[in-house]
Amino acid sequence: MKDPAPILAVERLCVSYGKVPALRDVTLRVAAGSVVTVIGPNGAGKTTLLGAIAGLLPSRGVLRCFGDEVANSPVEARVEHGLVLVPEKRELFATMSVADNLRLGAFVRRRDGAVAATLAEVYARFPRLAERRGQLAGTLSGGERQMLALGRALMARPRLLLLDEPSLGLAPVIVREIFDIIAALRASGVAILLIEQNARAALQVADHGYVLEAGECVLEGPAAALSGDPRVIASYLGHGKAFQA
Amino acid sequence: MDLSIAALLAQDGITNGAIYALLALAIVLVFTVTRVIWIPSGEFLSYGTLTLAGLQLGKAPGTVGLLVALAIVAGLVETASSWRQGALARLPRRLLFWVGVPLLIALVLARAAPLQWPFPVQVLLTLAAVTAMGPLQYRIVYQPLADASVLVLLIVSVAVHFVLTGLGLWFFGAEGSRTPAFSDASLQAGAVVFSAQSLFVVLASLLLIGVLYLLFGATLYGKALRATAINRIGARLVGISPSFAGTLTFALAALLCAFSGVLIGPITTVYYDSGFLISLKGFVGAIIGGLVSYPLAAAGAILVGLLESFSSFWASAFKEVIVFTLIIPVLLWRSLATRHHEEDE
Repeated sequence: MKDPAPILAVERLCVSYGKVPALRDVTLRVAAGSVVTVIGPNGAGKTTLLGAIAGLLPSRGVLRCFGDEVANSPVEARVEHGLVLVPEKRELFATMSVADNLRLGAFVRRRDGAVAATLAEVYARFPRLAERRGQLAGTLSGGERQMLALGRALMARPRLLLLDEPSLGLAPVIVREIFDIIAALRASGVAILLIEQNARAALQVADHGYVLEAGECVLEGPAAALSGDPRVIASYLGHGKAFQA
Repeated sequence: MDLSIAALLAQDGITNGAIYALLALAIVLVFTVTRVIWIPSGEFLSYGTLTLAGLQLGKAPGTVGLLVALAIVAGLVETASSWRQGALARLPRRLLFWVGVPLLIALVLARAAPLQWPFPVQVLLTLAAVTAMGPLQYRIVYQPLADASVLVLLIVSVAVHFVLTGLGLWFFGAEGSRTPAFSDASLQAGAVVFSAQSLFVVLASLLLIGVLYLLFGATLYGKALRATAINRIGARLVGISPSFAGTLTFALAALLCAFSGVLIGPITTVYYDSGFLISLKGFVGAIIGGLVSYPLAAAGAILVGLLESFSSFWASAFKEVIVFTLIIPVLLWRSLATRHHEEDE
């Protein structure tokens, strides 16, 4: 894949919790329409990285999204810009219905008449959510919650989707479904920055990958090359069953 | 006590309870969305009554000066924060909202006062003027502290309460006001007499509660406020900014308080500092609802009203003591009955 102007450019990003540095000089790019994955062990700073890009955490460094500097804008402004995070904890509105959760996902598009069409698209992509549209979000199963979190994010019509561990804690059959959806989203032109424990599945769906260890980017390259890298194989792919896509 | 006295006391209790219920709902609303324990709610009630009383007398109420002062401070705060964020391009629009709108309302209020417009128009003007002060208070005091802890916000609320009471004395003067009754009619049902005034207060409260119910259940903005109350991070992630939610919340809460101020005007004489004690009774109702449940808070406020009116019959010297002592068993019950669990994901 050629390298057109990246839609997300992160340069020398640093985040610290008090005096403890969590990320040091991380540089990362996401090209238009591509899936980029960040893999690494627990505590490497992957979630911190997404939090900083989404604006939930203060950071130093350059954060350019679609050519605009967004480092100083609040979360809400970044959402309006098309940068939408699906957090690891989902952060759904538990005591509201599935339909209300989805409609609120389009809050930034409240003056846009096409919200109903997006809602229909989301229901078409996640028939389970359509079946449960009247149910409270808190009563959904783990997989359905992840679908709702994804659906809610899609309601904002993101140009870049930040996915934090979308397969965490889900049954293998659901994990496969989630990765199918990621592939389908990529095909429809949405760029994705994906963080995963499941390195094998992530590298299969991604175009490009980064390996994050102890807050620093230690390795990067095309996903196919990373899958063949002996260090990656030893640390992240050596164990566990092969993922059947 | 015979039935007719009991009916009278109950009627009194429910009437006052309906007013406390509006305050309780305002306090719950503000707490769930912004985590602020809104001690100064009572001042907004006083401002409501005093504004309407001023309009009735045909003189410009102190609200005019208060609005102008708050608008100027809010304008300065906004300018300073836009300057610091390097976002001066947004400034004109924001100044229009934070300074222009309040000044316009103040102007209309000052001009309208001597004209003695019809009562319903005066009520609407009062509601508009006091409602505008809610967001102004939020912009000046609470928005810059959005990330502070509940305790800090509580301490700030106490300070705001004293400042607003002082401003009330400055702008409205020390004398109390009472507004004329909405109606002197009464209905006879057997041995029991209902005053139209009481019925009006209860119906008006119910109507406002119904409107709020629709707002929160059926409109996107209402749902956005509920969403903020349920999950603050989730709300930010869908683009609902805390300052937007706070501004809207304080406008609604100020409206509720202003409305209760209008309703209480004919019932009791209101001074610049009367609001505090009244809002504390609303607060007891809100505590009964655990500061989260609207129906329980409203029911609790009615209970407070009933308790107050019956205890004023049996032990009038201890009326307030009895009402506020109610907090202790309620807190005991709540701490035993409520399970503390982590926020649902």
